[in-house]
Amino acid sequence: MSRPGAVLEVDRNSPPTLFHFGEGVRLERLPLGSRILYPPDPLEPIAHPERAIRRALAHPLDDDPLKDLLRPGMKLTIAFDDLSLPLPPMAQPDVRQLVMEEVVELAAEAGVEDIHLIVATGLHRRMTEDEIRHIVGDRIFTTFWPDCLYNHDAEDEGENVRIGQTSDGHEVTLNRRAAESDLVVYVNLTLVPMDGGHKSMATGLASYRGIRAHHNVETLLGSRSYMHPPDSQLHHSCIQQGRLIEDHVRVFHIETSVNNHAFPTVANFMQKRETDWTPADQATYLALKQLSDFAPRDLKRTIFHSMKAPYGLTGVNAGQVDQVHERTLDVVRKQMTVEVDGQTDIVTMGLPYLGPYNVNSILNPVLVVCLGLGYLFNLYRGRPVVREGGVVIMTHPCRYEFDSVHHPSYIDFYDEVLADTTDPGQIESKYERRFAEDDWYRQLFRKSHAYHGVHPFYAWYWAAHALDHVGDVIVVGGEREVVHRLGFKAATTLADAFEMAEQTVGRYPSVSHLRTPPLLLADVR
Amino acid sequence: MLALQYVRSLPRYALVRATGGRAGVATGDFSLLHLGDVQEPEPPNGSWRRVLPSLAGICGSDTAAITGHASLYLDPLTSYPFVPGHEVVGILAGDGARVVVEPALGCEVRGLSPLCARCVEGRPGLCQRVDEGDLAVGLQTGYCCSTGGGWGEVLIAHESQLHEVPPALSDEAAVLIEPFACSVHAALRGAAGAEDVVVVQGTGTIGLLTLAAIKLFCPPRRLIAVAKHPFQRQQALRLGADQVIRPDEVFQRIRFATEARRLDGPNLSLLLGGADLTFECTGTAAGLDDAFRYTRAGGKVVAVGMPGRESVDWGPIWQRELTVMGAYAYGTEATGARTFDMALAAAPELGLEQLTGPLFQLSEYRDAIAYAVQAGRRSTAKVAFDLRGLRL
Repeated sequence: MSRPGAVLEVDRNSPPTLFHFGEGVRLERLPLGSRILYPPDPLEPIAHPERAIRRALAHPLDDDPLKDLLRPGMKLTIAFDDLSLPLPPMAQPDVRQLVMEEVVELAAEAGVEDIHLIVATGLHRRMTEDEIRHIVGDRIFTTFWPDCLYNHDAEDEGENVRIGQTSDGHEVTLNRRAAESDLVVYVNLTLVPMDGGHKSMATGLASYRGIRAHHNVETLLGSRSYMHPPDSQLHHSCIQQGRLIEDHVRVFHIETSVNNHAFPTVANFMQKRETDWTPADQATYLALKQLSDFAPRDLKRTIFHSMKAPYGLTGVNAGQVDQVHERTLDVVRKQMTVEVDGQTDIVTMGLPYLGPYNVNSILNPVLVVCLGLGYLFNLYRGRPVVREGGVVIMTHPCRYEFDSVHHPSYIDFYDEVLADTTDPGQIESKYERRFAEDDWYRQLFRKSHAYHGVHPFYAWYWAAHALDHVGDVIVVGGEREVVHRLGFKAATTLADAFEMAEQTVGRYPSVSHLRTPPLLLADVR
Repeated sequence: MLALQYVRSLPRYALVRATGGRAGVATGDFSLLHLGDVQEPEPPNGSWRRVLPSLAGICGSDTAAITGHASLYLDPLTSYPFVPGHEVVGILAGDGARVVVEPALGCEVRGLSPLCARCVEGRPGLCQRVDEGDLAVGLQTGYCCSTGGGWGEVLIAHESQLHEVPPALSDEAAVLIEPFACSVHAALRGAAGAEDVVVVQGTGTIGLLTLAAIKLFCPPRRLIAVAKHPFQRQQALRLGADQVIRPDEVFQRIRFATEARRLDGPNLSLLLGGADLTFECTGTAAGLDDAFRYTRAGGKVVAVGMPGRESVDWGPIWQRELTVMGAYAYGTEATGARTFDMALAAAPELGLEQLTGPLFQLSEYRDAIAYAVQAGRRSTAKVAFDLRGLRL
């Protein structure tokens, strides 16, 4: 039985608290009385994942068994989530591999020969061969790559079709192969409540024309939060698009969830509450701290990105999307939820080296904002942990550092757009179209491994709700010029940051610290 | 008279060059430059006037000659020993009128008739008879042993070389009229179109003044300056740049501005597409190499900064069918106006004095040269000699 999430108050006997700091870690003393929000311990994983998968496929929710949907001569497409989740990537075998192997085996038994597997990248970057092999496993990779296993190309005019228009007037597009298939099996991995459901098909196999319907400032400002689908305009829009897609093509959804066992043994102390640290954990912390303080940046990055998480499968459900997703969310919420009484003046968070859009890459300044104010801020249900007009304090080195292969348009976004304004609305109206239609970005997106030209805008919009809600954002340990470009304040130490925050929220502020990763979902009463 | 004199010596030139042209060596015991009492220049005839320099700028071409970086191509076009200084504001001996000197030594100045073909075109800077007439060989005042130069108490100038300075223009601004005239000519030679994206590579004195001239005389759709130092960035924006970028981001920023494509090679990037027109004002191989790779196929690169013997990659010039053109000096432009007059008319609005300083005495020439070599880093553009004290 795993421990539930907890809110612990800092007292005189509390040990210092772990803060992630990019490719590094820190121990910080929080003011007495501060609350630390800890996620629940990892849920007990399903003992026999393969059996659970077979059972889910044989007894789907509100749908026929997958076996009955398969027949010779049919066109079958298997689409699956890309490497943007889980974070860190899962140690092999990835649960998507286990599911897809089962689906392919059933298809083979049924005599289905026309099978394509598509990475549902949406406007994310194309995955490399090695990355795809890591997710699908050797068997599927050697059988299908490259002709029948490939990345979705959202910018291939000929390979995306217009499905129609939602009642809100939003265009819906879909990958042509999927649209023309007799059956699409979507294999999902839901890490946070934002993922999965109708959003999988509506974004993963869509083009910019379809995705812009919900990836915009107005929708995201109306999503409070997008980690809680009932209160999320993002999800309402995706559901409309998803239903239109399901009217057009037969989709069989398979959703999986994993526990929050996010760190391998060598970094297991990050998983634990500081009060639980053993002498071995303390020694590992010290070793990692020394490494991260003194090792060259590239070496640190290589070490951190080589970490694979030993997640355990906590749920697998198949069938009709709404029922499947509801079951999935139940398990995900159970793994993430921490009950919290009321908001505080200040929220602190230590930002790690990794977000959804920099797997095997650099967390550039725009992605720092996306991770802190986009994802972590929005990990709430009810109300944000920080009160309106409060202060968010984040720790991250926040360097002017970009991956020119993965994030070419991010460089221009930072240098050209943020130099002009940080206001999401202005950014959207003044610059989005220019980036979305840039010929060079399009070329790199299609032929190299670059995120779509418009992607940095989405990363910024993700923070729109937080930017609208908070009074100040302070980055501890960041490069001053970069932090100022982002529109935030820079502090050298956490103590300085608290002093600065008092200018905004007054003396003796209340403080909450999000002790994450592993991820948590604050249910704020 | 007291003057700094440049004495030709190939061994010293080679030595200074071999040390990388460090200012300490270039103005030390083996210097080509000597401070001392020299013979005052003799006016050849009654058309010549004596000018008492007030301020005389230190140009990049001067420091290149002193530090051994100047092109040896110029050697036969120069007569030695000469008193440097071709950026001069001074007063006329006798009536005290404030003048700037247009240094080109063409046919008219040399008393030659008929004029050569280039001088007929109004381009005395390109005169084909600079080795004839009343003067020794030399392209300009400040590189001719017959005329003296701004870095001495007295120089001589032909009447056609003199331009009166309007009262609104301070000496500190007027000392920049000569380089500004160069820049005006360069801007007109480049002839940017209204829809062009134009890049000015390098923002020393010539780069900044070229920016100002482009903005005034042929404003393009977008004018981008490449600046290394904060002072240069600030002045570039003040003088009309729409955008100022760093040298290490030229390919990223110009790609974005021109909606080009960028390809990365083993040494440098290149753009498919790029700037329509580039004014290369650094005169360095690195600057030229960049310019050839980010100027679009069929575009133009105007070499404004004085280059020496530089090793550049001709591949992009060939493959992109670039037009590479020099822009040297001034004269009479296509409109019939003299470049100096255009520069004098435009200058009062530009706040040029902000670019000038600090001022040094001739006796402080070692410090002055050292300062001028690093002007950008030291937050200035034009270092100059102040000779007003010598008249007291």
